[in-house]
Amino acid sequence: MPVVHHSTPPYSLSVPENGRAPLVSIENLAFSYHDGFPALRDISLTIEKGEKVALVGPNGAGKSTLMLHLNGLLGGEEAPVRISGLPMTRENLPLIRARVGLVFQNPDDQLFSPTVFDDVAFGPLYMGYDEEEVHRRAAQALEQVGMAGFEQRLSHHLSVGQKKRVAIATVLSMDPNILVLDEPTSALDPRGRRALIELLQSLPLTMLVSSHDMRLVRELFPRMIILDEGRIVADGATKELLADAVLLDAHGLETA
Amino acid sequence: MHFNTFDHYQEHSTWVHRLDPRVKVLLTAGFIVSMALLPDGAWLAYALSWGLVMGLALAAGIEPWFVIKRSLLILPFLLAAVTVVFTLPGRILWQGPWGLTVSDAGLVRFLSIVLRSWISVQMAILLTATTRFPDVLHALRHLYVPAILVSILSFMYRYLFVLVDEASRLMRARAARSARLPGLKSGRSLWWRASVAGNMVGQLFSRSLERSEDVYRAMLARGYQGELLTMNPHHMTSFDWQVLVLTGLAIVLLQVSGRIL
Repeated sequence: MPVVHHSTPPYSLSVPENGRAPLVSIENLAFSYHDGFPALRDISLTIEKGEKVALVGPNGAGKSTLMLHLNGLLGGEEAPVRISGLPMTRENLPLIRARVGLVFQNPDDQLFSPTVFDDVAFGPLYMGYDEEEVHRRAAQALEQVGMAGFEQRLSHHLSVGQKKRVAIATVLSMDPNILVLDEPTSALDPRGRRALIELLQSLPLTMLVSSHDMRLVRELFPRMIILDEGRIVADGATKELLADAVLLDAHGLETA
Repeated sequence: MHFNTFDHYQEHSTWVHRLDPRVKVLLTAGFIVSMALLPDGAWLAYALSWGLVMGLALAAGIEPWFVIKRSLLILPFLLAAVTVVFTLPGRILWQGPWGLTVSDAGLVRFLSIVLRSWISVQMAILLTATTRFPDVLHALRHLYVPAILVSILSFMYRYLFVLVDEASRLMRARAARSARLPGLKSGRSLWWRASVAGNMVGQLFSRSLERSEDVYRAMLARGYQGELLTMNPHHMTSFDWQVLVLTGLAIVLLQVSGRIL
């Protein structure tokens, strides 16, 4: 599968970053669902530009809940989450969504347009790029995920692995500052998984990826955050944490 | 995501809740028919009927305001009856453009329709608030409503939640990719956004269709042959019969009062 390196667009417009503020900054975030279930307790973390962070933990730890806070889909205006220094106010949400590329765990939750091309083009179209630029971005994004040629296919007729790749392309075409992926390799066959690993390796973006796949974590992510029952129980270098079998076992994780 | 919007059932253990569902369904149906048959302008009968609904609500431990609040939802639909205001012959109250006239008989009929429908809906809301929906369907089946209609109702109830969930996930997916760059006008035109929304509705439809095929196959695989079976037998006690007869009498009296008073 050819790997296309991410090139800077001819446009001078790209997502501006506040150079001094960290890309993601969360301070004492707590969140409970409507039924009262406390999904997140006292979460604090910072992600700087260029970091590649893995978010691991057992099912129900709150990984998806945490990710949904990063682009304001959960949590109100008072949520203590800042993206490039921007707080989650209503005016800032569209700006934040240009910076945070969130890919849901279930690709059916991500794809809502009739054809693959429509889905990948939606982001840049909405942002106001002209049609030529949209075509260029969509083509580049599909090339990067290895789905070039699938433009006119109906999204709900693809296999799970293909849908997952298209879901990532829908976000890549927006040229975000940080890629947030919720369990990207679950439901992928070994070839699909290998293709995804190569894709993630080729992208120079900041990343926060949640996964149960510890071999993926060891291979791609120098920093690891362990989440359990809504709390961060560890946040540090992957190599060190993966060596701590007791810690991993206590939180339902296996060593790579 | 979970939506409880459509499920009005409130758990209490009053005698109204414990009534046989067939009694409740029959009385609700009888009440609604009676309301429909009441003549225009029988304001006293309307007030007494509403009193019956509210009295039963209080006996069932349901807050009257809950019932009223839910019933307000249908008021916009009653606008369909507004044409009678202009078409019924009677004493002219107001002359408008294009030859439109508002007559007193028209106004009385419109108000009567609104009130009768509104009170009927409140009785129906009381029914769903005091009876679990599967019990209502089971009662309908006992009352000789065809199996296929009852099956359709039960699937509609089950899959309405699924549809609402699916629709909200589609909208969340769209929100996540509705971004803005400073310096560039985002959102394109209203026409484009409307066409995206239209496409999403189409998506919802085709996903639902394909899911219904999957569900049907799953049911066949578990031996479905056309009838949904339940294990919740309904027994009529003497109390149920007493309530049925007394409330039935009350409804008949309401009907009579509407005609002689």
